[in-house]
Amino acid sequence: MPPLLEVDGLQTQFVTGTGTVRAVDGVSFAIERGEVLGLVGESGCGKSVTSLSIMRLVPPPGRIAAGHIRLEGEDLLAKDAEAMRQVRGARIGMVFQEPMTSLNPVFSIGDQIASAALAHGGGGRAAAWERAVEMLQLVQVPSPGERVRDYPHQLSGGLRQRAMLALALVSGPRLLIADEPTTALDVTIQAQILDLLRRLQAERGMSVLMITHDLGVVAELCHRVAVIYAGRIVEMAPVARIFARPMHPYTQGLLRCLPHPSRFGQPLFSIEGVPPDLRRPPAGCRFAPRCPHVIESCRRAEPPLGEREPGHLVACPVLP
Amino acid sequence: MTSSPLLEVRGLAKRFEAGGGWLGRRRRVIRAVDGVTFALQPGETLGLVGESGCGKSTTGRLILRLIEPSAGQIRLEGRDLLALAPRELWAVRRRMQIVFQDPFGSLNPRMRVGRIIAEPLAIYDQADAAGRRRRVGELLELVGLEPAFAERYPHELSGGQRQRIGIAAALALEPALIVADEPVSALDVSVQAQVLNLLMDLRRRLGLTYLFISHDLHVVLHMSDRVAVMYLGEIVEIGPRDALLHEPRHPYTRGLLSAVPVADPTLRRERIVPIGEVASPLAMPSGCRFHPRCPFVMDRCRVEAPAPREVGAGHLAACHLLE
Repeated sequence: MPPLLEVDGLQTQFVTGTGTVRAVDGVSFAIERGEVLGLVGESGCGKSVTSLSIMRLVPPPGRIAAGHIRLEGEDLLAKDAEAMRQVRGARIGMVFQEPMTSLNPVFSIGDQIASAALAHGGGGRAAAWERAVEMLQLVQVPSPGERVRDYPHQLSGGLRQRAMLALALVSGPRLLIADEPTTALDVTIQAQILDLLRRLQAERGMSVLMITHDLGVVAELCHRVAVIYAGRIVEMAPVARIFARPMHPYTQGLLRCLPHPSRFGQPLFSIEGVPPDLRRPPAGCRFAPRCPHVIESCRRAEPPLGEREPGHLVACPVLP
Repeated sequence: MTSSPLLEVRGLAKRFEAGGGWLGRRRRVIRAVDGVTFALQPGETLGLVGESGCGKSTTGRLILRLIEPSAGQIRLEGRDLLALAPRELWAVRRRMQIVFQDPFGSLNPRMRVGRIIAEPLAIYDQADAAGRRRRVGELLELVGLEPAFAERYPHELSGGQRQRIGIAAALALEPALIVADEPVSALDVSVQAQVLNLLMDLRRRLGLTYLFISHDLHVVLHMSDRVAVMYLGEIVEIGPRDALLHEPRHPYTRGLLSAVPVADPTLRRERIVPIGEVASPLAMPSGCRFHPRCPFVMDRCRVEAPAPREVGAGHLAACHLLE
């Protein structure tokens, strides 16, 4: 059986007046059934463009220039617009940082969840409305029978995020793509939503692609993690391994530059410099200009993502 | 703690009126900051942490009198800021400066960096043009930038560089107190580390005193000697950093600590996540403001507001459970 989702050699580019931005440049990974994969990186690294590419929602002037995206073995890039719309509704659910990207302000949340239920499950309107109330209950919205009539603007940020999750899950998708779903929330609400996501994932056995900048969120929720830098995956490993033994200098830097209870008040490790301009990325390894362990060969050839230990892939020839 | 404090804040409050009373509808009062009291010793960093709407940023702005307080006292170097005439306040203002979250929003896009940094010097008539240029060069160097940055415009800079410019401008008049309001919240973690290191380094070299405001508990704990936790306009717990980290006493502080995702799967913690969501400041809960979310709530909490009580050296918490 093929993996649930397979991304193979994905390249997504934005053609601008000043050059072509290679936002995602040869990204490959797979997500197994029931697996939570974290895609982690800093602003502009290509993590969100990767998720939009999977959904085929890359906004113009962006386009997928190369690669394959297979869902349960079917090539999503070969589908026409209508077939892709079916995939998005029924087989892949998506939640974003900003709930208003998926919620329509002029319909009640019940209307929106019920019409999605109707479109994907059939049945009558009354049954679909019942389903909407059940979904709100599932995502722990208090008094769901009353809140179901609320419009998005009447809900707090946390409740809106729950409503968006209900909408994404009503069709029973096998894959949930969550793009920074808790980034705009206060930390106590974030903890509640992460607990909810963990429970729903386990109960439904669905796969999750979690896009985040927060390594704490990765540690709390994910089974496996891919670290992305300047449009390329530099390291991929099970979560316990990447925190215990990060191998790529960028991953090591990311982990060491966070304030940590064991070293509060001590100077933080910092990664000097800034990520490269993706219109003119450097030859060789894209992290080389900032890397404390750089050697001559790093600047000539892009190091391939190779398996160093079972399940632990690293794109670095040095391995400090 | 025998020296006199640089800053003393007592019973600080800010009420905003919401809704119009125009057609006879009842005006409602939002208590954004309500009875905040603390002192800052010279050279010390006090962290102010809490979630959206807790009043931490308003507190910072009240201290600088960027917003007028409704009640309370603010003393900077012994002088009562609320009793000063405008001219005197203007003179005292140079002793305290603010660094904002969004350096792009706070830097004039039409000014070159050199002029942005020199502007406070010009306003306070410090030095002639040549002297100001020299000072701009020194300030840029102080925040780790080349003197050539003086010729650039804000849009040509990265987020981290812009925040360095914001810090340089705040330091131009050699203030004693810096209010840093979410100074790294807009930055990626690798850049955040650079700016936090810079702020710590400047504090040591210049003997600065910081009021460090952030929603990020780990960043606040990292930066601060003491930490105050705010909830719905009040300080619910204040104390030395290590006491708050290892022996938090207020259920909200404990909830915040257990809610922060830690980038370390081996640190398994007992989770006590506060229930539900923060109340609307328009419908302030009776008694303890945290009681609707508190996992340990008792009948008394619903009617009687707890007073802060000492639970350790310099460590206060306001909770009925501590009696």
